Amino acid sequence: MRAPESILPLRAEGLGFSAGGVEILRDVALKIEAGAPTLLIGANGAGKSVLLRLLHGLLAPSAGCVFWDCASDKAARHQAMVFQRPVLLRRSVLANTLYPLKLAGLPREACLARAEEALALVGLADRVQDPARRLSVGQQQRLALARAAALQPELLFLDEPSASLDPAATRAVEEIVLTLARRGTKIVMTTHDLAQARRLAGDVVFLHRGRVLEQAPAEAFFQEPATEIARAFLRGELVW
Amino acid sequence: MNDLASAFATALGLILSLDPGVLAIVSLSLRVSLAALILAALLGLPLGALLAVARFPGRGGVITLMNALMGLPPVVVGLLIYLLLSRSGPLGSLGLLFTPSAMIIAQAVLIAPILAALTRQVLEGMWEEYAEQLRSFGAGPWRAVPTLLWDGRFMLLTVLLAGFGRAAAEVGAVMVVGGNIEGFTRVMTTAIALETSKGDLPLALALGLVLMAIVFGVNALAQGVRGVASRWAG
Repeated sequence: MRAPESILPLRAEGLGFSAGGVEILRDVALKIEAGAPTLLIGANGAGKSVLLRLLHGLLAPSAGCVFWDCASDKAARHQAMVFQRPVLLRRSVLANTLYPLKLAGLPREACLARAEEALALVGLADRVQDPARRLSVGQQQRLALARAAALQPELLFLDEPSASLDPAATRAVEEIVLTLARRGTKIVMTTHDLAQARRLAGDVVFLHRGRVLEQAPAEAFFQEPATEIARAFLRGELVW
Repeated sequence: MNDLASAFATALGLILSLDPGVLAIVSLSLRVSLAALILAALLGLPLGALLAVARFPGRGGVITLMNALMGLPPVVVGLLIYLLLSRSGPLGSLGLLFTPSAMIIAQAVLIAPILAALTRQVLEGMWEEYAEQLRSFGAGPWRAVPTLLWDGRFMLLTVLLAGFGRAAAEVGAVMVVGGNIEGFTRVMTTAIALETSKGDLPLALALGLVLMAIVFGVNALAQGVRGVASRWAG
């Protein structure tokens, strides 16, 4: 199902990021290919969110480079990101979903069709006219997912999308993520929840103190991590 | 005491009988201040929004200057516009001095910095919240300006009402550039000042009551708008 001119694989080489003299990421090399979701895991402060922002282009690296398999402006048009705290416009649910589509220059009917389809996918089809910021936290995150999904990105970055949600809302988010993945959207997602990583991951990138210690298929990583720190992390010990 | 009571009664009579003199003054006041508000908003709102999103050297200085301009004394604004519009001034050939147009310009100059400064304050916080998400959508600061103006629409309406209240209630600027000519440039505030000094308290009081009612009405409206805004802002 891959488009012939895919933006993937995405490669990062020697990626580093410092802010205010503090080194947050150092010498990160990784490769993200089409397929099952890639989960970035690690303790809080390991640099997961910063890495996601570097890959998405929201932050400029202090060292190293992010490479796409195409021109970078084309890559920018085929990716989207959902943040830990959803940033919703002060508009209706539908207007929120339409906003990035209009910005991308899609014709009006296409915008509406895509928005309605995406809202149906996340179960908000009956709330289209409600003020977005009046939704519950779980619904707000589902709306953020619908808004990103409506763009039909090839690559979707998710930054701890269920970190502040209860189990039911978390489950709803995970189901949406898996549906999108099945449809061929490459998911790159951070989480500090190991059980969630096991449920979703095709492969795993393990970060520790700003460095990538392992990148491996999920099954291999969870059965037999290569590093002592990852083993301790999987045992639930407090590594940091 | 009796004077005040009888003045009050006559004033109410003037209002309730829709005295044509009172009506003309009130209507000119509203038209001048409304036109000034529109003019100032066309300049002040986009300027404030731009200042909320743009980052450039000297931005702090511009913001400080704008905040300082919020406190411009109306009579000084009147003087400056007077100098510009007077026969020998640079814009004297337009012949605008002592016309309602001059009053509109003066009030617009007076409230434009207020609108711009308040707009920046309102939208800056919103931009902090939106910036990362909008950049993810591929929208830079320029594209963000209309987005912020629309999403801040309810809060900006209260900004506009504050500007209108300031324009309608000031006396110094319109007195200097309008000249308080009866039936032509006489508005509520200048009429109140004149009638009080002449001793015609009922008319001054009647206009004062109308002015107060307008100011109260505007504030009540602002309160209501804030209620609607909180529904959308969540």
